[in-house]
Amino acid sequence: MKKQFRWGLLFFLTPVLLWLFLLIVLPQIDLFVMSFRAENDAGEMVWSFSNYLRFFGEPIYWLTFVRTAIYSILVTFLTFLIALPVAFYITKVVKPKFQGFLTVLLLLPFWVSEMVRIYGWMILLRESGVINHFLLKFGILHHPVEMLYKDSTMVLGLIYTSMLFMVVPLISVLESLDDNLIEAAYDLGANMWSILFKIIIPHATPGIVSGSIVVFMLTLGNYLTPNLMGGKNSLWFTEQIYNQFIASFNWNQGSAFGFLLLFLSSAVIWVGLKLSKQTLKKVVQ
Amino acid sequence: MQIDLSVQNVIKKFQEFTAVNAVSFEVEKGRFFSILGPSGCGKTTLLRMIAGLTEPTSGEIKIRGKSMAGISPNKRPVNLIFQHLALFPMMNVGENIAFGLKRRGESKADIKKKVKAILERTDLPGFVDKKIDQLSGGQKQRVAIARCLVLEPTVLLLDEPLGALDLKLREQMKVELKKLQSKVGTTFVYITHDQSEAMVMSDAVAVMNNGEFEQIDSPQNLYNRPKTPFVAQFVGDNNAWSGRIRQSEGTTAEIETAEGSVFKTKVDEPFQSGTEVDLFLRPEAMLISPDPDIADLNRFEVVVKSILFDGANSRLLANPLNADTELLIALPQNRQYDYIQVNDRIEIGWNKQSGVCFPRGRRPLLKTSTNALI
Repeated sequence: MKKQFRWGLLFFLTPVLLWLFLLIVLPQIDLFVMSFRAENDAGEMVWSFSNYLRFFGEPIYWLTFVRTAIYSILVTFLTFLIALPVAFYITKVVKPKFQGFLTVLLLLPFWVSEMVRIYGWMILLRESGVINHFLLKFGILHHPVEMLYKDSTMVLGLIYTSMLFMVVPLISVLESLDDNLIEAAYDLGANMWSILFKIIIPHATPGIVSGSIVVFMLTLGNYLTPNLMGGKNSLWFTEQIYNQFIASFNWNQGSAFGFLLLFLSSAVIWVGLKLSKQTLKKVVQ
Repeated sequence: MQIDLSVQNVIKKFQEFTAVNAVSFEVEKGRFFSILGPSGCGKTTLLRMIAGLTEPTSGEIKIRGKSMAGISPNKRPVNLIFQHLALFPMMNVGENIAFGLKRRGESKADIKKKVKAILERTDLPGFVDKKIDQLSGGQKQRVAIARCLVLEPTVLLLDEPLGALDLKLREQMKVELKKLQSKVGTTFVYITHDQSEAMVMSDAVAVMNNGEFEQIDSPQNLYNRPKTPFVAQFVGDNNAWSGRIRQSEGTTAEIETAEGSVFKTKVDEPFQSGTEVDLFLRPEAMLISPDPDIADLNRFEVVVKSILFDGANSRLLANPLNADTELLIALPQNRQYDYIQVNDRIEIGWNKQSGVCFPRGRRPLLKTSTNALI
């Protein structure tokens, strides 16, 4: 009986284990090893820290790195600011029969690939785009303005891409908030702001943290949106990694950058969890 | 006496449905006022209007003479204790109680002093740092009350706060709540569907049905002198007969019931002969096998259908001879009636002063309590 059970377990676990090991663990180990290998003066591959040292030596690399981190945190925060009222409206304000409808509306754009959505934004924002066309037509502008290829446009695109991943955990956490708690706070003399900061946000913290983790990681690792909407002036660290792998064909340098990015996202999330006094276990639930 | 709460002609409509219809009442300072009604009668809506969480369609609510129209709940001198208490789970007991004081911007030292004082008054000393989920049902109850009382509201509103407790604790909290109210002297407005809660605790009770007040009176008067058939049936158990007036003179009337018995009962005003009436009689008004010497009793025979033993509240369930009307008869537990068995024929007598008689109204009668029992 016991033996049978183990065979069953093994049978169902094998595909998952193979997947994890062959496609994730093995390549990671390979990349990790690669990141510590470099050519010496004689052109031979030797063990070395030079890939990592180059990152700190060259300001363009670590400045892009810091820039990416700061913008990712900013995008996460702005996404939260926009998502909270949306989630609150869907769960508490609107009639229950419209809740599902509104959630579907929110989901709908995500059935289209990210690439297509970004090109949609580009059609709207570019110099000869839809918005410029109407602004000129109504005489608000006399010359078309280039709205693409700015940091602000890139942030806009990143927020748009991440919205859903913040709204969904917020909806589920706000649904479990008893309306009576809000009414009780109101009855006890609280105004809108104290209800928000003393009741709603403390209750929603697990949802906020899990949404923030997902949004932060997706933003940090996003390549398409910064590349297409940010243009040449808006450097993103993923582009540096891409350049190393594809343009410079320096896989060793690229893997070192990859591991630095992994370390960065883990560190920021760890600090975030500590600051919000949450544990990963609680947030993942 | 100062009037703390005055509700004048308040109406609340939800589209076509009228939840509260032209309700008026006044509560004097320091009184325990209850609103008693079945679920869905509009009592919670009324309470939420007093708290400011719902706007009345028309009418006026005044607290200490000041109109509350357009004043938001956080600015009103009333506090509401919710049915499920709505304690803040993200805060401990002390923070819950201090919540309202902090919103008023009182100093830290004052808040600490007041929280300590109110916890002592509600028998929860040393609970400041406890988490909400560490408390028992009764303790949560007291924290909810403390959280409101610490703000010294003019009127404290309570929305069936004992509903979620088990029976034993509910009985205990009833007495505690009454004691607490007389100790702090705050005006309480309490809503409940449990007539025993309303009767035990209140100075005055309003019976509410279909959005309207049927009667506002002392618990004693509600029980002994109900003004409407609904009150007669809703407050306490009652036996109902439908019948017709045979003759009526002064304060006495002779009624022939549907199954053919003839009873004499007191009435407030004479009826016309032939009027269709409903006659109500409390279970404890019926005497089992009364002394044949007592004159002036309505006497009739019943067949015992079952004996509902419930300690001091034991009853006989019986049918009058040749009729299937079900009657509840109080069965005193003094061992005098231990001989009574199911299917026995016994004589029942009742004094004409005990009957209450109403002309048959438009409204259908409630299902009698005996039906609910079986």
